[in-house]
Amino acid sequence: MKTVENTAVASIGLLTDDICDMTLHCPEIASHAKAGQFVELYPDNGVNLLARPISICAIDTGNGNIRLVFRIVGKGTELFSRLNTGDRIRVLGPCGNGFSLSEGRAVLVGGGIGVPPLIETCRQLRGDKTVVLGFRDKSNAILCDEFEALGAKVHVASDDGSIGFKGNVVELMKSENITGDMIYSCGPRIMLRFLSDYAIERGIPCQVSMEERMACGIGACVGCVVRIKDRDGWTHKKVCKDGPVFDSREVIW
Amino acid sequence: MNTKVDICGVTLKNPVMTASGTFGSGREYSEFIDLNRLGAVVVKGVADKPWPGNPAPRIAEVYGGMLNSVGLQNPGVDWFMENDIPFLRQFDTKIIVNVCGHSIEEYVNVVKKLRGADVDMLELNISCPNVSEGGMAFGTDPVMVKKVVSAVKKEADKPLIVKLSPNVTDITLTARAAEEGGADALSLINTLTGMKIDIYRRQPVLSRKIGGMSGPAVKPIALRMVYEVCRAVSLPVIGMGGISNAEDALEFIMAGASAVSIGTASFINPSAAVDTIDGIEEYMKKYNVENISDIRGIIE
Repeated sequence: MKTVENTAVASIGLLTDDICDMTLHCPEIASHAKAGQFVELYPDNGVNLLARPISICAIDTGNGNIRLVFRIVGKGTELFSRLNTGDRIRVLGPCGNGFSLSEGRAVLVGGGIGVPPLIETCRQLRGDKTVVLGFRDKSNAILCDEFEALGAKVHVASDDGSIGFKGNVVELMKSENITGDMIYSCGPRIMLRFLSDYAIERGIPCQVSMEERMACGIGACVGCVVRIKDRDGWTHKKVCKDGPVFDSREVIW
Repeated sequence: MNTKVDICGVTLKNPVMTASGTFGSGREYSEFIDLNRLGAVVVKGVADKPWPGNPAPRIAEVYGGMLNSVGLQNPGVDWFMENDIPFLRQFDTKIIVNVCGHSIEEYVNVVKKLRGADVDMLELNISCPNVSEGGMAFGTDPVMVKKVVSAVKKEADKPLIVKLSPNVTDITLTARAAEEGGADALSLINTLTGMKIDIYRRQPVLSRKIGGMSGPAVKPIALRMVYEVCRAVSLPVIGMGGISNAEDALEFIMAGASAVSIGTASFINPSAAVDTIDGIEEYMKKYNVENISDIRGIIE
C-alpha cells in the first residue's frame, strides 16, 4: 500500500562529510514499510522534478518514523541534506519489494552507501547474523557499531586498509571463509556481481538489492530496468516494482 | 457545468487523459487515484510482439524536465488484450490504445488483432524518438505519414488518432498528411529529442545517447504547435507536452485542443491528472463557463 505523504523532518545530521542521516515522520509509510524497500523523495524546487529513490535504513512504527541514510551526490540529495528539523518534504512510498527474510544463519553484505538498508534487515532477522561491510576508507565507514548493537558479528573491509581488512568484501569473505544460509546484500553493482559468484560457488542463495535511474518509482515509466533471466533468455525487469531485490542467480550481470 | 467532450463520436466525461508511456495501463496509478475520474486512459505503446526496449540507463533529469529512451518496452498485443483490457474495463473511463511498430506491416498487425476488442480508440504512434525503425522515422516525413496512416486506417474498426512528432520544421505538414491519410484525430506532441552528458564520467547519461525530452520545460513549444495544428486541420486535436495542472490544460484548450493529456507530471505527482480535472472544474465554476467547449479555441 503506497501513499504520498507530506512528511516532517524529525531529525537530521551528517554521519560523514557527505552522508546524511535523516529521520522523517510519516506514519502511513512507516506502517507499511518493510526491510529493503525504498521511498521516493521529491525535491519540489521547480527545477529538479523527479523524485530521488532512497533506501529505508530503519523503520520505527511506534513513532511513525522512517530513517534514511544517503550520500549527497547531486542537486536533489544536497537539497534534502540542507533541510532542518520540522521542515516538510513530500515522500512517496514504500516502494518495491524488500528482502525476503528467512530462518537460519544470515550473512548481510553491504558496500558503501548500500550499507544503510541492511540495518532494518539486520534488526528484523532473528537468527545468527554475520555482517560484512566494505568502504573506501575509514572516513567513509558508517553504521558499523549499530550492527554490533543489533547482535551481529561484524567484519569490515576497506580499499586502503585504513579500517579492518585491506581489500573488498568478497576477498574478506574468502579469507574468513564466511558462510551461511542466506545472503542479503546491497552495494555497487560490481560488488554484487562478485558476491553473486561467491554465493554460487558456495551454494548460498543470495538476494541483491539493485539500483538504476528512475522517474516514477512505481513501475509506470519503465525507466529503471535490469536484465533478468527467464525461459526465453532474458527480460527487462523494473528495479522499482519487480525489485529492487532480486535473486542474484537470475541477474544478467 | 458540462465538462464532457466529444472526439470522433466518443464522449469523454472530461477532457483529461493520460499520455501514452507515462501511465502504463493505469494499474500502478490506481493505488493513488480513482481511474473512474479520468476522461480516458491512453495506454503505453503496444506492438504485435513483446519488445525488450533499450538498455539502461533510460532516464536522465534535465532542467525543468526529463529525457527518456525507454524504447517502447511492452509485453505485446496478446498479453495486453488478455490482461490490461479486462483491468481497465473495471473502470468507467475510455480506453485508448497506443499502437507501435517497426514497419507498416507491424502497425497493421496490431490494429487487426485489436479489431473487435473492447477499446474506444486507437492512437498511432509514429513519433517515438527512441526506436531506430518505425516511430519518429515515419512521423517526420509527410509522404510516409500519409502512407502509414492510410494503411492502418483501412484495418481499424475504431477512431484513429495519429500522434505527431515535434521534431520537424513545420508540424502542420505532417498534421495535414495525417488528415489526408484518413486520421480521425491528432495528438501532439510526442517528446523532443534531447541529450545530456555526464561531464565527470565523460559519457552520455542515456545508454542510447539521445532520448526524448518531456516535462514542464517543453510546454510553450507544445502549446505553439497545438495552436498551429488546430488552425491547419479540421480534425479534433488532443494536446499534450508539459501539462502539469489545470492552468496548463486550459491554455491548450483555449489554443484549440479538444482534450489534453497529462504525461510526465504524473511521475512528479501521481494525482496530477485528477488534480487537473478538479482545477478545470473550479475554473469553470469561478468564471461561469457552462460548457468546456465554450472556451475551446477562443484564441484567434
